[in-house]
Amino acid sequence: MYKTIEDINKGYKKKDFKPSELVSEYLSEIKLKDQKLNSYTEVFEDLVFSHAQNLDKEIDSDNSILDSNILFGIPIALKDIFLVKDLICTSGSKMLENYVSNYDSKVYESLKITSCLLLGKNNMDEFAMGSSTETSYHGPTLNPWDLNRVPGGSSGGSASAVAAGLACASIGTDTGGSIRQPASFCGIVGLKPSYGRVSRFGMIAFSSSLDQAGPLCRTVKDSAILLDSISGYDSKDSTCLNLPPTNCYTELCKNDFNLKDFTIGIPSKLLDIGLDREIKTNFDSLIKELISNGVKVVDIELPNAKYSVATYYIIAPCEASSNLSRFDGVRYGHSTDYKNVKDLEEFYIKNRSEGFGDEVKRRIMLGNYALSSGYYDAYYLKANKVKEMIVSDFNSAFNNVDCILSPTCPELPFNLGEKKNDPLKMYLSDILTIPANLAQLPSISIPLSLSKNNLPIGLQITGKKLDENTLLKVANGLENLIGFSATPKG
Amino acid sequence: MKYETVIGLEVHAQLKTNTKLFSTSNNEFGDEPNSNVSVVDLGLPGVLPVLNTEAVRLAIIAGLNTKCKINKKSTFARKHYFYPDLPKGYQISQYDEPIASNGLLVVNVDGNEKKIRINRIHMEEDAGKLIHDLSDEYSLVDLNRAGVPLIEIVTEPDISTSEEAVEYLKKLRKILVFAGVSDCDMEKGNFRCDANISIRPVGQKELGVKTEIKNVNSFRYVQKAIEYEITRQANVLDKGDKIIQETRLFNAGTNKTYSMRSKEDAHDYRYFPDPDLKPLIIEDEELERISSDLNQSYEEKLSSYISLGLSSDDVEILLSESILFSFFDKSLELINEPKLISNWIITELIKYKSDIKLDANNFVELLKMVKAGSINNNSAKEVLSKIVVSNESPEKIVKDMGLTQESSEDFLISIIDEVIEANPSEYERINNGEEKLLAFFVGQTMKLTKGKGNPQIINKILKEKFNLS
Repeated sequence: MYKTIEDINKGYKKKDFKPSELVSEYLSEIKLKDQKLNSYTEVFEDLVFSHAQNLDKEIDSDNSILDSNILFGIPIALKDIFLVKDLICTSGSKMLENYVSNYDSKVYESLKITSCLLLGKNNMDEFAMGSSTETSYHGPTLNPWDLNRVPGGSSGGSASAVAAGLACASIGTDTGGSIRQPASFCGIVGLKPSYGRVSRFGMIAFSSSLDQAGPLCRTVKDSAILLDSISGYDSKDSTCLNLPPTNCYTELCKNDFNLKDFTIGIPSKLLDIGLDREIKTNFDSLIKELISNGVKVVDIELPNAKYSVATYYIIAPCEASSNLSRFDGVRYGHSTDYKNVKDLEEFYIKNRSEGFGDEVKRRIMLGNYALSSGYYDAYYLKANKVKEMIVSDFNSAFNNVDCILSPTCPELPFNLGEKKNDPLKMYLSDILTIPANLAQLPSISIPLSLSKNNLPIGLQITGKKLDENTLLKVANGLENLIGFSATPKG
Repeated sequence: MKYETVIGLEVHAQLKTNTKLFSTSNNEFGDEPNSNVSVVDLGLPGVLPVLNTEAVRLAIIAGLNTKCKINKKSTFARKHYFYPDLPKGYQISQYDEPIASNGLLVVNVDGNEKKIRINRIHMEEDAGKLIHDLSDEYSLVDLNRAGVPLIEIVTEPDISTSEEAVEYLKKLRKILVFAGVSDCDMEKGNFRCDANISIRPVGQKELGVKTEIKNVNSFRYVQKAIEYEITRQANVLDKGDKIIQETRLFNAGTNKTYSMRSKEDAHDYRYFPDPDLKPLIIEDEELERISSDLNQSYEEKLSSYISLGLSSDDVEILLSESILFSFFDKSLELINEPKLISNWIITELIKYKSDIKLDANNFVELLKMVKAGSINNNSAKEVLSKIVVSNESPEKIVKDMGLTQESSEDFLISIIDEVIEANPSEYERINNGEEKLLAFFVGQTMKLTKGKGNPQIINKILKEKFNLS
């Protein structure tokens, strides 16, 4: 079940299989593998099967729809952070254990129009806070390449499901690397678009100024197809840019570009942070190959990027502590038995203490502390100034290069439980992904190679703001050059 | 010791928009609880605020009418606290960058002009309401008001007496109502006032410790609360004690203020810029357009009405509600009778102001009939009460009800002769000089005409008959 969107579309056209047959296959794969992997929080078995049967008929009566709409009948999943009307959305939290949405997120609304098929919701770190999917109320998701290891996070359920062939693609969210890091850990493609490309309406907010939705899938072209369908202006999100949807897939299909057309930057100094040795070796040999193939590779400086993690861990918890205030158990969400509380304050305290997990509480405390009276200037304001400096670092770098290349993560997928009790170490694993969020840049992770232990290593490519076209061309070029085709054994 | 008082006022006025500040729910008072509530107002997961541009326009108009500088850039912040009437756990409010600042309002107290500077006007969303008295077990939440747009108008501490405070509030209210910014209906809570009060020994430069009196919802209460607070603070200082910086509530039953919370228990609101909303930028052209669309100022309108010959008391009433003066203006275009129109608006139409369906055309038709004498005042009032809700043609109603006034002298003389014949003794008495019986004869004649006789003409005929002047 390692089919791409393009594969499935071709298969439908050639009548190799019907949507209902394909969905049945996915559903039985999920049954077989997901008890262990735990990549789904919920699978909409009946719903998706009857939807697929309807699509069978549509294709029978007129299959020209498959030419105009490549996502028609594509079985996908959504990170459990996107609201879908009448379906439960937990955001990986006990707080929203039984929460049923009464409206559709913009992302789902856009996908629905394409008649793709929604298999289910993917597991995630609670409220997207984590890099391992271990903070989920639904229990950890495992990495299909090695069941003792984490799939990354917070979109770990999405990455694990796609890597294991339990969905053709999934939409995740990326605040500090939450799409790219799990894509890297699971050996698939993960794209974080420029901030403002995709509407955040109906996506449960973690850090509003950094959150961005994007695809996790098997190929760069698939990521282009999905970006084209979920991007574009939305009047319900004031931070969504007033731009038409992207047209990246058509641009890629022109095939009129060559890696040699682009100049690639390497932030060498930033990579001196102590990369895992195998990752460094693999990355260096790719660079050598690029140079020997005549691609222009230059060294770039991002002098303030080393402050990214510190900056991020001020801005994100501040916004998160505020965004999570609405989860008070008064109107919806986890609510303690009011008969056992003496007053309103205790009601709030119990609702929130019982409803949130440790990592979420940790970040609420960090955020509340940093925003409290007298500390705002020293923390939130200062962090935003550093963010501006990082933005201008990238601006000067992009005067000379088209894209910036680095490994996605400084380390290989780690063992379950390895970092659970060492949050600082966990936070540091986002050092290479966070800068793109702070600078609002589009950034993609594609598989680079496997380690000796058969663990995926990811390559990150970061582009100019709103230039997803160039980014995906370079990524597609590198993808073809690398020729990664391995799949997990299980 | 002799003290002087320093007062600053904060007024919250609800903006008169169709929809809420950040959602498309109706901004409507008095509807079924929780009927004007969208996913955004409920603070559901995943929702985002979108700024209502009409609210921005009204806030700018409020600023221009109080001589404020309109700031090209302003921002919205989040003010955090937990309470069941605040769905998101924070209120979106402008904080360190308000939409307007540095204004001025001049009031008259006992013939003296007093300049009161306005520090700022900022926009924010209202909270919902808790209802405690419908259940023993629960408090109920009504979120219809949650997200309703407000402006908060904050003065400098330029006010020295309770009279100045009340004059300032009255003037501000008139200006906002007149400009169409807010209905400022205090009973509906869409004009609310907090007062910051401190006193200091006369001659002392630095300000005394202030207390804040919250949510005083009538002009009279503002006056009483301030006066009570001045006396209370003076007593504290006279005893050698210190004023505690605190928030106090006014109790209208006892006319006293009571401590609500001290500065020590004040919330830390953890303000920070709302990352869901971009800074609000007012482009020069937009400001230009709003300024040029601006009607006359309140003062200009006032003097234009006075110059029509209306009394200043009448003008005050006309200008107190936009429906009244806009009805006046429309009517004046149709008939050049400012006094007649004004009288009918401020004595009659005003009774129906909450549900007027009548348009100015039919209103003026009615006034024309009154002026021509084809209907008397009492009948006209009756007709008005019908057409005000139906907006039917007054002529049709007059006909249907048979109210057309009888002005024919011949007819009226014949009726008067009947009256005289029926009342010989009264006739004798009036002829012997008992002039006050004139009213009796007018009344009897009206009775026989079933109220349709023209009283002026009846009067005239009777006076001629009895040789009265």
